Amino acid sequence: MDFLRPASWEEALAAKAEHPTAVPIAGGTDVMVEINFDHCRPEYLLDLTRIGDLYEWEVGDESVRLGASVPYTRIMERLRGELPGLALASHTVASPQIRNRGGVGGNLGTASPAGDAHPALLAAGAEVEAESVRGTRRIPIDDFYTGVKRNALAPDELIRAVHVTKADGPQQYAKVGTRNAMVIAVCAFGLALHPRTRSVRTGVGSAAPTPVRARTAEEFLAAALDEGGFWENGKVITPSVVKQFADLCAGACNPIDDVRGTASYRRHAVGVLARRTLTWTWESYRGSRRLSEGAA
Amino acid sequence: MRVNFTVNGRPQEADDVWEGESLLYVLRERLGLPGSKNACEQGECGSCTVRLDGVPVCSCLVAAGQAEGRDVVTVEGLADHARRRACGTAPGTSLDAARAWQPRGTGQDADAELAPVQQAFIDAGAVQCGFCTPGLLVAADELLEHRPNPTDADIREALSGNLCRCTGYEKIMDAVRLAAARQGEGA
Repeated sequence: MDFLRPASWEEALAAKAEHPTAVPIAGGTDVMVEINFDHCRPEYLLDLTRIGDLYEWEVGDESVRLGASVPYTRIMERLRGELPGLALASHTVASPQIRNRGGVGGNLGTASPAGDAHPALLAAGAEVEAESVRGTRRIPIDDFYTGVKRNALAPDELIRAVHVTKADGPQQYAKVGTRNAMVIAVCAFGLALHPRTRSVRTGVGSAAPTPVRARTAEEFLAAALDEGGFWENGKVITPSVVKQFADLCAGACNPIDDVRGTASYRRHAVGVLARRTLTWTWESYRGSRRLSEGAA
Repeated sequence: MRVNFTVNGRPQEADDVWEGESLLYVLRERLGLPGSKNACEQGECGSCTVRLDGVPVCSCLVAAGQAEGRDVVTVEGLADHARRRACGTAPGTSLDAARAWQPRGTGQDADAELAPVQQAFIDAGAVQCGFCTPGLLVAADELLEHRPNPTDADIREALSGNLCRCTGYEKIMDAVRLAAARQGEGA
């Protein structure tokens, strides 16, 4: 095994071009487990921790450019306002020790269906900034996950940053597990209200071969909210609409039975999380409306 | 490969390090510092917790090469680290001193080789088999460094990555509360 230690992003890209099988390592919270348990013996480890840019973020008008290695701890502490869904998701990652090391770039690189960041990214809307010596491209998050632990990256590409759309409304994230800390999601659900476009986006984790959006549910809810004038009147959403939304979210799942839970439990739980997160976000939307309009 | 880094305030060099080796392995097997414990090797249990450039991490998930040039504090250097925090300077802990370390703290000795948080764990009876203790100490010490008056929720959160399988966590909670209270009195 060779340990490659690029001092700059350009050096990292050159190394990845020369050794496309090199395994990038930043926080190490996935890669080192694989190595410790002898599940993988990469020929090259490509250490990205010397590249300072990857630990920085910029808040723009529309989105946050989040460096691939910004630790979850930092996202929780510093980006709760701009990226509430991702901040909540970050807080559910493992433990403080892991959150101090791991970041969204690694979550995307591993592309596990159980990765905690994915539902939040899908719900908020995001683009992955991938780069190689051939150039840079931005991969829409909807096209990024291509299979179980597979993503759209080319062998010579590295993830430099993620551009996450700034919240324009309430966002929520919920995860099912046996306890609060150190849990790999049995299933997870992210929901973002987008009042500006009168739309709703979702993200479902650990309930299909890849993280997915519940698109039919999103379209149904957007139409129902529109039809009932809910965005304008700020009324409590009709229970039957909430139920239908939850059922459609459960229907978007394609889960498996495994050690963490059965397929039918996952489907059921995703429905429950969908109902809860919709209720929470909608209450929050109604609250902010009341504040901004000054009504009692 | 060779890894040069600072361990407990002293420069150290580890040789013949395999590229896929963890920082935990280097500390225990190359430097002879067995304080950081090796249990799950997957970041689940926190018993290998050390400070890497001040930040608590699972040393089993840090590749040895990633520690190059970095600053590591292990449980063996916790007393020295606490002294440095309190007085601004401390001599660091040599490998020999770390290897010869004995838990002799009684609270009366001004030169006690224990950090306040270690003394609190002893006084509160927060140690049972002791395997999880080093990781808990490093995590608890870091909490008290940044949050001198933690709430119970803060303590639970800070220690949520450290598993104890002997018993519940009540004595451990007591110990951290005790250390915080003593820290407050001393200030």
